[in-house]
Amino acid sequence: MGWTRKVLRVDLQARTCTEEPLNMEWANDYLGQRGLASKYLAEEIDPKVDPLSPGNKMIMVTGPLTGTMASTGGRYSVVTKSPLTGAIACSNSGGFIGAEIKNAGWDMIIFEGKASSPVYLYLENDKAELVAADDLWGKSVWETDQLLHGKHQDPKLRIACVGRSAEAGCLYASIVNDLHRAAGRSGVGTVMASKNLKAVAVRGTKGVSGIKDPKRFMQSTQDGKKVLKEHAVTGQGLPTFGTQVLMNVINEVGAMPTRNMRDVKFEGAHKISAEAMAEKRESDNRANLVTNAACFGCTIACGRISVMDQGHFTIENKPQYWGASGGLEYESAWALGSDTGIDDLETLTYANYLCNEDGMDPISFGATVAAAMELYETGAIDDTITGGVKFNFGSSEALAKAAEMTAIGEGFGKDLGLGSKRLCEKYGRPELSMTVKGQEFPAYDPRGIQGMGLTYATSNRGACHLRSYTVSAEVLGLPEKHDPLTTEGKPALVKIFQDLTAAVDSSGLCVFTTFAWGLEDIAPQIDSACEGEWTAERLLEVGERIWNLERRFNNQAGFTSADDTLPPRFFKEKANTGPAEGKISGLAEMLPEYYDLRGWTPEGVPSNETLQRLKL
Amino acid sequence: MQRALKLEPEKCTGCLQCELACSYENEGVFNPSKSRIRVFTFHYEGRFAPYTCTQCDEAWCMQACPVDAIVLNRQTGSKDVLADTCVGCKVCTIACPFGTVNYDADSGKVIKCDLCGGDPACAKACPTEAITWVDVEQHGLDRMRAWAAQGVDPARPQPSV
Repeated sequence: MGWTRKVLRVDLQARTCTEEPLNMEWANDYLGQRGLASKYLAEEIDPKVDPLSPGNKMIMVTGPLTGTMASTGGRYSVVTKSPLTGAIACSNSGGFIGAEIKNAGWDMIIFEGKASSPVYLYLENDKAELVAADDLWGKSVWETDQLLHGKHQDPKLRIACVGRSAEAGCLYASIVNDLHRAAGRSGVGTVMASKNLKAVAVRGTKGVSGIKDPKRFMQSTQDGKKVLKEHAVTGQGLPTFGTQVLMNVINEVGAMPTRNMRDVKFEGAHKISAEAMAEKRESDNRANLVTNAACFGCTIACGRISVMDQGHFTIENKPQYWGASGGLEYESAWALGSDTGIDDLETLTYANYLCNEDGMDPISFGATVAAAMELYETGAIDDTITGGVKFNFGSSEALAKAAEMTAIGEGFGKDLGLGSKRLCEKYGRPELSMTVKGQEFPAYDPRGIQGMGLTYATSNRGACHLRSYTVSAEVLGLPEKHDPLTTEGKPALVKIFQDLTAAVDSSGLCVFTTFAWGLEDIAPQIDSACEGEWTAERLLEVGERIWNLERRFNNQAGFTSADDTLPPRFFKEKANTGPAEGKISGLAEMLPEYYDLRGWTPEGVPSNETLQRLKL
Repeated sequence: MQRALKLEPEKCTGCLQCELACSYENEGVFNPSKSRIRVFTFHYEGRFAPYTCTQCDEAWCMQACPVDAIVLNRQTGSKDVLADTCVGCKVCTIACPFGTVNYDADSGKVIKCDLCGGDPACAKACPTEAITWVDVEQHGLDRMRAWAAQGVDPARPQPSV
C-alpha cells in the first residue's frame, strides 16, 4: 500500500502530539511527499500568512516508496511557506531520516504553532513526545546531533535539526539530517527555528510492509536498478564524480555563472572540479575526495565524502574539521567557488562544512557572498560595513570569514543572512541580486541554457534547477537533445519536466534517477507498491495538478506574472564568451507560450477550465 | 563447492540495500532493524563496513545453546536457529565473539544469518559487489592475484589459464 496512512500532528503551542488518519482521497490525487504535503499546507494555512509567525505550518513528509527497496527510496521533504521568497516551499533531502520516519510508522508530521521555549520532537515508533531543548539551543547541527545521540544512548537514532544560523534568523537556513544531508533551499530551517523547534530525533523499527504486489514490486525495482547501473550518468558519472561531473561540462558550454553572473565561464573551474577533488594534494599527498556515499537505499551513490588538508589556513588549529565529512557537490562548488571567483578547493570545502555544521543553504549563501562581492567592488559597501573584510571576488579569506559570521549571525554575517535580494536592496543596488522571487540562482546561466531561464522564472519556489532540469535535455541530450541556445520548443520542454519532477518528488524517489529513468520505469514501481492504478499518464497528471496547486497558492499569496521574470542582467548584458557569446535570455519569447500550454490566462493565472480539469 | 559471503568494506557505499533485502527475505518487511547483516558507518574516516555472521566451524553460539536450537546446515555450512526450539535465553548472544547473533524482541527468539539457505539475498542486492557469494576456499584469491600481479599492465586483458 506504500502509505502507512498515519499522520502525526504536533501542536507546539499546546505541546501535544496527536495521531490522525491520512486523507486517502488526497493521497490518490497527490501521491505523497511534495504533492500531498503541499495539498495539506494549502488547505490548512492562509497563503498570506507571515512565514515566520506561528500561523505558518511546517510539514515533514515521506513518499509511498520511502523506506522500500526501490533504488533511492529514502527521500523526504519539508513543505512550508518560505520566509526567503514568501512562496510555497518544498525542500527535498536524502540521507536516512526519511526512511526512519516511515519505519516508525508515519507518512508525515505536521508542526503547527510555536513552542514557548525550545523543544525537540522525540519519535520512537508510536511514541511521540516534545522534550525541552534549552540545552540544545545555541548549538550547531553537529553538536546537537552528538548531544542527542549521547542523551538517548542510541546510535541508530536519526536526527534532523537546525543550526545556529537558523536561530539567528538567516533567511536561507536549512534543516540538516544525518550530519550532512539537507532540506536545503528556501529557508525551511528558518521556519523550524521560528517555531522554537530545534530537532526531530527518530527511531523506527516497524519497517515498511503492505506492498500491494510484492513479487511485481521486487521485479520492477530490480529492473529499475539495472537501468540505473547500465546508464552512463547514473552508473558511472555520478558514482565516480558526483554531481561535480558537471563542473567542466557546464563551463565548456559557456553557461557557468561566474562572479555574480557577470561572466559565463570560470577560468578556475578545473581547480574545483570533480577531477581536482580526486587528485592528490601536493601539501599532504592526500586527495580531497575520500569516497562516494549513498543515501538510504540508493544504488547510484553520488554523495561526496571529503577530507581537508589539516595545514590549510581555514582549519589549522581546528581539529573538529580534520576528519572526513560531506564534501562539495556541483551546486555548492559552483556557488561557493565560480560565483565568488574563488578557485581554492580547500576553502570551498571548508565553507561547505560550515554550511552543513550550522545549516545554511550553500547555494543561497554562496550567491549572497557573490552579490556582496559585487556590491563591494562597485563601492556600494565598504570595509566599515564588512567589518574590515576585503570582499573582493576571488578572496578565500572573505569566503571563510563570511561563512563563519553567517553561521552564527554575527557582524556582517547578519546582513549576509538576509539573502542576496534583501542585501542588495539594503545597499541600494537591487539589480545586483541574482534571484527570482527572492531565491538565489543555481549553477546554470540562462543565456547559455535558454530553457533554464524559463525554468527559473516560473519555478514555484523561486530560482531553482530542481523544478525542471532541462539541462538534462539541452546539454546532456537526455532523453533527447535540444539546442540550448534557442528558445524554440522550450515552453513544452519546461512544462513536461516540471510535471514529471513534481510527480517524482512526491514518490519517495530521487530526481537524479530521471537521468536514466522515464515514467515507464517509475510507474510500475509505484503501481506495484500502492493501491489503485498508477500509470505514467496518471503520474504526469498528478505532477500537473501539484504544479497548479503550488501556483494557485503563490497567486493567492500575492505573486503575479510580473514575478515570473529574471534579474535585468540577463536581458541587458550579453554572454561575454563561449558558445552563447552575444546572447541574452529569450524569456519574453517563451513565457506567453508557456502560459498558454499550461492553460493559464495571459496574466499567468490558471483558468477555470484548467482548475476543473485537474480537480482543483 | 561450499560458498561463503565475502565482505569488502572498501566497496561499500552505505546504501543499506543489503539490510532491506535481508529483512524482506526473512521477515517479509523492509526493515533495517530486523536485518541479520548490518552496515556500519565511520563518519570521520569516510568508511562503510557491512558485517554479518561468518558461520564459524566451531560455532560458539551453537555450543552455548542449552536447548540445541542452533544447528548446522550441512549443505551450506550455516548455523541456523530453529525458531520453534529457541527459548530466547540469549546465551548465544553472549557467546558469539562477533555479536552477530541478536535477540528479536517481537518474536522472543534470536535471529542470525542463515545464508538464506544457500542463496543470500544481501549479495544479490548489493549494487557495488561489496558483498559477494564466493567459493569458501578461494576467499583470498583476488587479494593474492593483486599481489602476484605487481608489474603487470592492468589494462591488458589476460587469457584465463
